[in-house]
Order: sequence, then C-alpha cells, then structure tokens
Amino acid sequence: MLKTFRIGGVHPPENKLSANGKIIVLTLPEQVIIPLSQHIGAPATPIVQKGDTVKAGQLIAQATGFVSANIHSSVSGTIVAIDNVTDAAGLSKPAITIKVEGDEWENGIDRTEKIEHNIALSQEEIIKAIAAAGIVGMGGATFPTQVKLTPPPGNKAEFLIINGVECEPYLTSDHRIMLEKAEEIIIGVQILMKAIGVKKAIIGIENNKKDAIAHLQQIADKTPEIEICPLKVKYPQGGEKQLIQATTGRTVPSGALPIAVGAVVQNAGTALAVYEAVMKHKPLIERVVTVTGKSVKNPGNYLCRIGTPVSKLLEAAGGIPEDTAKVIGGGPMMGRTMLNIDSPVMKGTSGILLISDKEARRSPVRNCIRCSKCVSVCPMGLEPYLLAKLATFNLLERLEEEKVMDCIECGSCSFTCPSARPLLDYIRLGKTRTGAMLRNRKK
Amino acid sequence: MKLLVSPSPHLHSGDSIEKNMYGVIIALIPAFICSILFFGTGAIIVTLTSVLACLFFEYIIQKYLLRQQPTIFDGSAFLTGVLLAFNVPSNLPVWIIIIGALVAIGIGKMSFGGLGCNIFNPALVGRVFLLISFPVQMTTWPLAQGFAGSYTDAQTGATPLTLLKEAVKTGQSVNDLLVADTFIGYKEMFLGHMGGSLGEVAAWALLIGFAYMLIRKIITWHIPVTIFATVIVFSGILHLCNPDQFAGPLFHLLSGGMMLGAIFMATDYVTSPMSHKGMFIFGAGIGILTVVIRVFGAYPEGMSFAILIMNAFTPLINRYCKPTRFA
Amino acid sequence: MSTIVITIISLCAIGIVSAVILYFVAQKFKVEEDPRIDIVEGLLPGANCGGCGYPGCRGLAEAAVKSDTLDGIMCPVGGTETMSKVATVLGREVKTEAPKIAVVRCNGNCENRPRSSEYDGARSCAIEHALYIGDTDCGFGCLGCGDCVAACPFDAIHMNPATLLPIVSDEKCVACGACVKACPRNIMELRNKGPKDRRVFVSCVNKDKGGIARKACKVACIGCGKCVKECPFNAITIENNLAYIDFTKCKLCRKCVGVCPTGAIHEVNFPPRKMETDAIKANPAAKSATTISLSQPANDTQIIAKEKNGD
Repeated sequence: MLKTFRIGGVHPPENKLSANGKIIVLTLPEQVIIPLSQHIGAPATPIVQKGDTVKAGQLIAQATGFVSANIHSSVSGTIVAIDNVTDAAGLSKPAITIKVEGDEWENGIDRTEKIEHNIALSQEEIIKAIAAAGIVGMGGATFPTQVKLTPPPGNKAEFLIINGVECEPYLTSDHRIMLEKAEEIIIGVQILMKAIGVKKAIIGIENNKKDAIAHLQQIADKTPEIEICPLKVKYPQGGEKQLIQATTGRTVPSGALPIAVGAVVQNAGTALAVYEAVMKHKPLIERVVTVTGKSVKNPGNYLCRIGTPVSKLLEAAGGIPEDTAKVIGGGPMMGRTMLNIDSPVMKGTSGILLISDKEARRSPVRNCIRCSKCVSVCPMGLEPYLLAKLATFNLLERLEEEKVMDCIECGSCSFTCPSARPLLDYIRLGKTRTGAMLRNRKK
Repeated sequence: MKLLVSPSPHLHSGDSIEKNMYGVIIALIPAFICSILFFGTGAIIVTLTSVLACLFFEYIIQKYLLRQQPTIFDGSAFLTGVLLAFNVPSNLPVWIIIIGALVAIGIGKMSFGGLGCNIFNPALVGRVFLLISFPVQMTTWPLAQGFAGSYTDAQTGATPLTLLKEAVKTGQSVNDLLVADTFIGYKEMFLGHMGGSLGEVAAWALLIGFAYMLIRKIITWHIPVTIFATVIVFSGILHLCNPDQFAGPLFHLLSGGMMLGAIFMATDYVTSPMSHKGMFIFGAGIGILTVVIRVFGAYPEGMSFAILIMNAFTPLINRYCKPTRFA
Repeated sequence: MSTIVITIISLCAIGIVSAVILYFVAQKFKVEEDPRIDIVEGLLPGANCGGCGYPGCRGLAEAAVKSDTLDGIMCPVGGTETMSKVATVLGREVKTEAPKIAVVRCNGNCENRPRSSEYDGARSCAIEHALYIGDTDCGFGCLGCGDCVAACPFDAIHMNPATLLPIVSDEKCVACGACVKACPRNIMELRNKGPKDRRVFVSCVNKDKGGIARKACKVACIGCGKCVKECPFNAITIENNLAYIDFTKCKLCRKCVGVCPTGAIHEVNFPPRKMETDAIKANPAAKSATTISLSQPANDTQIIAKEKNGD
C-alpha cells in the first residue's frame, strides 16, 4: 500500500511528455533580464551600476533584510540597464539587464563534474553559504532557504523531508535531476540535514517516477539515514502539509508552519542547488526548466541560465506551436499564465507549458448543483462552494470561521466542479481580503 | 497572437452537469426495463409523458416567464421526469402525470430559482402533490403482470406494504401475514414481482444502478447505506420487541419505495447535505422517519414524506456539519 | 353547531390570553429609546444603502440624535432636502452639500484601447486586477467585468455591451459611493453635479508616462499640461503624468476640453457649441471630445440624456 495524504485529491492526466528527455544545456542567450524579486520577501538591492562588467556567479544584488535573497549574475557581460521591465503578467518590475559577452565565471567556482563528498563546513557555515548563494525554494514557492533552515526559537526540527513528488502534470525537471544528478542530490540532502541538525531525512517521490525511485534507492543504500518513500500518484501530493502527512503521518495544525511538527521540507532541486553552493561554491544562477505541451515539437528539460528569455527556451523546443492559446509558467494546476514571452526564466520557474485553446478555455459558468464534489476533493477539508459564495458577498468574518486561510490554492475544486464554477478565483479573493482583515486586527 | 489569461487552475476534469444527470438516467435503465417487463405499455406511456411534460414545462417557464436561455438539455428536468414517473403507478392517467410534472418543475424547482436552488426534491414534490390530490388513482397499483399488462385496464391489487398496514389495522399478526398465500415471499419481492409504483419494485435492478453510480463516482455510498442501516436497526429493534406487530428489516428494505428512495431520491445533489457527517445524519433521519410513518402513521408508505422532511433540514445540517478538516 | 361555538370561544380565549401576556412582556422588556430616533428614521428614504457610512437608515438616525451637530452626517440619497427636515426635527444646523454623481474616468473602449489578450477567469474586476495588467496594454483602465454594476444598490450603473465600459444613470445615481469602493482601479469617482447635471472631468486614470499611455489607448491623458495652462480658475493639476480637475474649483467653462490633444477631458450634458460645428467642417477627424459628443458621445450618459429628451 503506497502512502498518501488522507483527505481529498484529484487525478489530472499526468502527460509527462518529457519524462525521458535527458537534460539539454541551452546555449547562452544574447541578453539576460534578472528581476530583483524572484523570491518571497523584500526585493534585493542592486550593488552594481549600468555599464559595469560582471562575471557569471558574481553578486549583483543583495538581500534586503532577513526574508530576502541575494541575486547573482548568471552570465558574463555588461550591465545595460537597471530599470523597470515588463514582467510575465504585463506589470512593470525592476530588473537588471545584462548583455552577454563570453562565458567567464567568478574565481572559486568549481565547474568540474567531480562529485565532492566531504561536508567540511559547520552548521552555521552551511547556512551562511546557502544564504550567500541566494538559494530559494526551487519548487516554485521561492521561499528564501536560509530562513526556512533557521527555525524560530522554541521549535526543534526532527526530520528533513525532500519534495521529489512533482505532482503537477507535464512537469519533469525534478524527475530528470533525480535521475541524472542523484548523487549530488543525496549529498545536498546530507548538507541540509547537517544545517538543521536532524538525523533523518525522507525523500518523497510519486510512484510514476519508478526509475528515479529505484536509482535513488540504490544510491541512498549506503546512507541509511536517508529514506526513499514512494507515494501514491495523487494531486496535490507535493503540497507541503500533504507531503508531511503522507511521509511521517504527522499533521501540521491549522495556521501553523511545518516546523510545529518538527518537519522542514525542501524541494529536490533546492537540495541540488545546496550541494552546488556548499561543495562547488556555485551560487544559484541556472536551473532545469521543462518545456512541454501536447503540440510542442521537442518537449524536453533544458538547463538554462536564470534570466534567459522564455522565448529562447521556446525556440529550442521547436518554436511556439500554432494552436497555442495559453503560455503557463509552472504546471497547469498552480502555474501562472504568461502574457509576455520575452520575460525571463526565474529561480522558481520549473516549467513552461503551452496549451491549446481546446484544453485551456473554460466552459461557461453555471449554477452550483450542490454535488459536493469540491468538498470531497479539497485536500484541506474545506468547503470550496461555501468559501466562494462567502467571498462573493464579502463576508470576511464567516470566511475566517470557515478557515479560508487554510486553503493551499491547489485548484482541485475548480478542476472538479461540473458546473465549471471559478471557485478558486473567488476563494483567492476572499483569502486576500480576510488576510488583510486579520493583519489589521493584529495591529 | 492573442493569448488567453486566467488564474490557475488551467485544466478541467471534463466533468459536467450533463455527465452526472444522464449518468443517473443510465443507472435507471435496468429498473426501467424491469418496469416494462412487469407493467407493460403503461410503464412506457407514463415515463414518456412525464419526461416530455417536465421538459416542456421547464422550457416554457424559462423562456417565457423568466426570460432566460432555456437549459432543458442539461439533463436535470429529464431526470426529474424519469423519477416522477418511477414514483407513480403505471396506470396513472396522462392528465394527472402532466399536472404532476407541472408541480414538480414549476413549484418544486423553478419557483425556488431553478437548478441548484430548490430545497425539496422536485420529483417528490410532484409525487406528494399527486398523492394528496388524487389519492385513489395514486394508491391503486397494478400487479406485476408482465409485458402484456394493459395500460388503463391493468389488474390492480395490494402491495406488500398495503397488506402490512391492513394487517396491523385489523389486528392480524405480522407472522400470519408472512406465511399467508397473499404474501409473495422475499425472493419475489427482491425480483420485483409485486404491485407498486413503476420504478420502485425491482430491488435488484435498482441495486445495479447504485453500483453503476458508485463506479462512475456520481454519488457516494453514504446516504443509501446509512438509510439501509438505520432501517435495519430500527425496524429490527421493533421486530425483536414485538414480532407480531412489527415486520422485520428485510420486509422493510424490499417493500415500497425504500430502494428507489434511498438510492435515487435521497441522493439528489441539490437537496442533500454536502459533508459526510451531514449525510449520515440525513440518512439516519430518513430511515427512522420512514419506519415510523410506515409503522405508526396513517399512510402505508413513508419514504417520500421522510425524504421531504429531511430535505427541509439539509440547510441546517450543512450549517453545523462540517467536513473533516485537514487540521 | 356547538362544536363551532366551542372552537370559536376557545380560540378567542387563547388569543386574548396570548395578547395580554405579550403586552406585559413587551412592557417589561421594553428598551428605552429616544423617540426622536423613530421620527428621524421615518424622514429618511429607507434604502439602507450604507452610503452615509452608517449601518442602515436607523444607524444614521441614531447617530444624528446622539451627536451634537449634523456635521459629517449626510444622507446622499435624500440629499439636502431630507437633511434639512432632520435638522428641523432635531433643532440643529445643516450644512448644504453639493449634489454629487459617480463618474467613470475611463474611455478605453475597444476602438480606443485595443485588446491585447483575452481574460478567461471569473468575471470580477477585483480578481482580474489582482491577476495581471488586464486585457489591454493599459494597467490602469477599466476592466469591464462589472464589479461596479453589481455593487450599485440603486440599479444606476449598467455595462454598455458595445464599449465594455460602465454607464452611470443621471437620474438613478445618488452618489452613495458603493461603486467607488468596488472598483479596484479607482476609476469611479464621486464628483459634483453642476446645474442640469453637467460635469467636466478627465476621463483617464493612467499614471504612466505620456508615450506609454498613448500607445495603449488613443484617448489617454498624456500629462502634457495644456489644460493646466488653459484653465482660468487654476482647477487643474498634473501629478504622475495625469491631469486632475478639482470639481470644487471647476466652473464648467469647458476651455480645457477644447485644448486636450487626445480628447481625454469630457464634458457631459452640455449643448454642442457652434464653434465646434465649424471645427468639424474644417477637420472632421479632430479628436476633441466635443466633436465626438456630436456624432458619438464620449460618455454614454449623453445617450441616456438624449433618449430621455426624445432624440
């Protein structure tokens, strides 16, 4: 019996079209656009100026405050602008644009393929190195890793849980790095274990990646403190709380953080980035991005520099298919629609998905038939039909009572609704307004 | 190229109102076939009239009264028509069926606001209205005579439930009733060779429909199983206390509208609770009320009333019975 | 016969006993309230729209009776007339406030502001605004999903299906402010209604630099400042590349309307000027709002006004 989370969940078609695509290193673009905010928290502050020459791996913006992240240049070249750029949503956000010249890297970065096993740094040094490298959650949440590894006083970490679940349909970047960079990931896991001082780590992987499970099991054979845990294929298994419940049986209380049950969760890609930062002195400047879609000519997994325009990735994948109606950054369940395909790949961009009108266009909205399917699929045990109605009428106190803040925005409710009601759209609105009300109350 | 933009999710399961409504109708096909085999042409005429009348009234009301786009093809009026037909005797005159359809759709569904807004099960609203307005025609059930059975001149007779009510009124022991010649036996009750409304007799066919709906995930097991369990326990206790006065659980499960009501009427999406906890309370209430009305009430059958009464409690149940939260 | 008599007598007895009990209970649990609150509540329109900022008409009545002055207490639906009556009953002074109306400060219809994407999410401006720039290149303009229409308790706003912009009805709008609160982009504004419901306003809230704004929408305010120079009453200011007419200073002379190069300034409910007819003959393609008012009203309240007058 495969482990899984207890309530709710749906089975969108997996469509892992690029699961067998070995990671391809993308050629360098002509210019990169590096946004100053690729993470949760305050945007980074630039420490370079227009006209400066930079090398790959050089620090170009510093973390502003505790919950923030450093940003490094992913290429060598000249800084052509530090100004507002149109982002994927069409909004103006500050970014550093660099014209690519050659491919020179900062001194000290080890670019060899040799796998380093000996973790010489101490716990504090590891966390400092991770912070210096600007590492953030690579599963898409982009939470600054050094903050997660520093639990608030009074909380003790017991397990490290690695999220190799990749429950979103279409995405395969984590799958490929678990196959091709397994040893590095295991060492990254060991580094993270040392960073938070735990003796046990569990790597959760959905059972549709049997080759990755077998491969990691073989490598982790020598490290009994790391357990590989195959999980039932069910969306959203990759949700933090669902993953913790499935792998450890513990339930994170409402409104609490995973550390409340002694768990720290990190994405598999983050573990790889941690290995590279600590053992190879390489900051977070490139990542594997899946480019996929039913009409895409060459769906695959591309290792590209942060700041590469998405259009370059699409070119490598065979161009934009004729029937593309939506370009999505991330997976189809929680990804964000992209308006501007020249916007850059960021630290949290796990994939670019192109879908046709037929697959993407929503059906007309009809009356709620009270079938309660949304209630059955909600992984947090909420009542989406009720939350959406309360949000429409702006009944914020009722929303708070009905625990709207527990919603993880996975989209299972909207996915399931037979009347095609945009449940999550309204629930998100309710969450934003209720969150604001709660923050005002605290003041 | 003009791109499409929306908040997530960007995929849909493909489920629709039609898939669910027509799915229930498909689940009713075995019972429909049985009704034709047992009651003959009457079954076809009643069902066809009911369905067409329901579709017609919904179209008229939506287009001319409410000035909305008619939605008669979404399957909900069709289903109401089928269920209304299955709840009435197969020799019911056409004009009565049409009145029933008008009440079911017009009052039971449209007056509340249309699909998704009604409090009471529309087919049951129609049926109860007909029962109260035309008690004779609604309680004269044809016997299961086979396909040759005529529509208007069907030979009518007592159903097991009417026999039971008579027996209790006249002081006859229930045991005597069960061994008498007039009782057809449990096997025949299960197969459906008895008098009754056109869709409620064949327990086995209805159970096949139940299995179909479970497999297609149209309904969950909670409401029907709770109703059956409650009926078994409650009537079982009564039977153990006084076997002469009270019939046993098997009798209650197989007689009257128990199967049809528990599987198809009580599980109506719009009028049943949204959480599993709520469904247990709902099912238990229906089970107890049905047995109480059957045993202590004036009517031989209590299922319709029990379901309508519990429908009234559904909003209250929804307010206080919340699903199991993750945390 | 006797059954009926007994029934009537017993029901009457029950009725009388219940009435007596209810009377005494009502007396015992009566909440002492200033009787003036009821009187004032009776004078109010009874719409319970919340436009005054109080919870319903009774809320306003309570506040009016309990406070010393009527400053800050104003019923927008009843207006000065109602407030004067309230002031008389309570023996207080009332401040006269100019009647206001909700104004839609955007003219980005499909012709002026081309659509660059298609929004397929829930039909709510708040949701679309939180998601992205909108289905045009102007991140400040009206999204057309109708949050203002839904918010209006007086049925005074409707969406024009041709332009995808909201139209405010001169007669029905009571300036309660619900639409202003509902619009996530602050496009709706309560402005003074001049005589004959006239008003002049900048129909744009785009704060981008002129070039960017104009590229997204033909009739955007580009912040050029011509109107500021033209205005004899110093009523116009430019901030963040956007002109704004202060309605307390504006005397409705319409000089600014004539000089605006993009036609961003609108005049509503004014008769067309003879000057403009000549101007049209000279340059039929002129983009001035007044030109548009003759052939194609800039703000569709003029259509409603025209229809009302039997045009």
